[in-house]
Amino acid sequence: MIYQGKQKIWSDYQKEIPDDHYFYVRSCIRQNLFPASEKTFLDITRNKLGKDFFETEHHTTCGGIAYHCDTIPQETSMTIIARQFALMQKYGYENYVCSCITSFGLYTETLETWREFPELEARIKENLWKTCKLEFAKPKYLAHASDIIYKYRNLIAAQAKYKLINRHTGKPLRVVEHIGCHYGKMFPSKSVGGAEYPYVLAGMIEAWGGEVIDYPERRHCCGYGFRQYHIRSNRGYSLANTYKKFESMEPYKPDMIITNCPGCPYFLDRWQYVISEMEGKTYGENGHGIPVFTYEEVAGLVMGYNPWDLGLQMHQIGPEPVLDKIGIPYDPQAKYLL
Amino acid sequence: MGKLYDKLTEDYRIKEGLKACINCGTCTAICPAAEFYKYDPRKIVDTVQSKDDAEIEALLKSETIWYCGECMSCLTRCPRKNAPGLVIMALRNLSMELGYFAESEKGRQQYALTKIMSENILNYGYCVYARTFKYEDHPEAGPVWEWIENNMEEVYRRNGANLDGNGPGALRRIPKEDLDDLKRIFDITGATERIETINRHSMQKAQEMGMTPEEYFKHVFNDTQKEHLNE
Repeated sequence: MIYQGKQKIWSDYQKEIPDDHYFYVRSCIRQNLFPASEKTFLDITRNKLGKDFFETEHHTTCGGIAYHCDTIPQETSMTIIARQFALMQKYGYENYVCSCITSFGLYTETLETWREFPELEARIKENLWKTCKLEFAKPKYLAHASDIIYKYRNLIAAQAKYKLINRHTGKPLRVVEHIGCHYGKMFPSKSVGGAEYPYVLAGMIEAWGGEVIDYPERRHCCGYGFRQYHIRSNRGYSLANTYKKFESMEPYKPDMIITNCPGCPYFLDRWQYVISEMEGKTYGENGHGIPVFTYEEVAGLVMGYNPWDLGLQMHQIGPEPVLDKIGIPYDPQAKYLL
Repeated sequence: MGKLYDKLTEDYRIKEGLKACINCGTCTAICPAAEFYKYDPRKIVDTVQSKDDAEIEALLKSETIWYCGECMSCLTRCPRKNAPGLVIMALRNLSMELGYFAESEKGRQQYALTKIMSENILNYGYCVYARTFKYEDHPEAGPVWEWIENNMEEVYRRNGANLDGNGPGALRRIPKEDLDDLKRIFDITGATERIETINRHSMQKAQEMGMTPEEYFKHVFNDTQKEHLNE
């Protein structure tokens, strides 16, 4: 497809993302695996860009992982979600932003189902009052946290100390972007760029100086599969899907991977470790894996944060090859210092 | 029209996910699970759409409905905007409601999944919680997770989390009144009943298999005996 054609399709799926004033909710998986990414998100938005992102300790899981493991009924997850939205209203917000892609997909599905079946919305409203004595509300705008960083990508570029450029060759770093399935595959019009040409991460990569890699299995699932990972004997499913992606991207020689989903960076990182242990195969240069990052980690790196303040020591595949290429200084001795 | 089909159509995911399947097989072509498992979402949707109760009952007791990873790639590609993934969720829901899930090896895994997820949600307010995500159960999480597990307080403090602390932040202790809200939501919306149903049928099956609850949990979490994979 010619480039202008892609631009036309992307323009059909652009979101009008509000600039400020959000109620922020965390991700179950990310706060365990990438807690510094959530910290960095709030630091960039609040302290570097001066925006209003409010968080309350009273919000909980949305129940999304349990729902997609089929362990709780749809009505349960919808009522938990209604409670989250009610808290947003209680604290005076209309824009809702979640750190999790599973949540984003489930919130979108829930709002669409309520729109289509008003009697169900009425039942959830009743459930909410019976259980929590909270007033039912729906967000005026629902965003995923990667939408926000996409929205601010040029503001971040304006404050950047580094670019995604290989200082040895002067060429842009070659970046694989991996979008969580539930971001745009279910409701493409709710995502930046739709399901075919999601632009939410590609836009960040371009704004920060990198080059986006296209490869055959670019849109294939990382293989999380919910029950296919949480049950030990099913994990071959998860590993096989990640393996398929890496075999597909290998000839394109990526320098790094950037993701917007809670599970994807974990699976793309840890299954590389497992493949290396099982098969002795590595996909990066010099026997190293391909470093995998969250979008906040990459934003933090270009803005000059200390890599260990970004939590990069919590990854199995070390980020050092990318830091060396960009020229970001780091203290190897401080990596695991507590 | 069969009773099981009628029951399925009460599920909003069938209302949303099954319009008129033309049996083109695009869902199967795109499906990550169909490549890995002996799995064909096209056939499953066709069986449901046949409204044949005997066929649907066989499906509810089968291994095949548990192979889907719910990535929903099928919804993106379906030319008629069906969502086989949502149809699967409705089938799983009914399979658990009727106790049929215990008839298949993959279905029996719902015992462990329900225990893990429900205990995390009701005790901590999260689906996943670092202190219950054990390295011994997740060796693929790598030596770095073993390091995190062995230095949990320090690692999370270093990375800006608020592990088990008061106030906002990652991994905060969710206040008791909010956990009480979750419990009441579970009670009134069918999640508590779901847990009881899963436990009742699972313990019957454990007894049939001559296992204690602990042995049964380990068995469904760790073991696989049947041939599930594609050639």
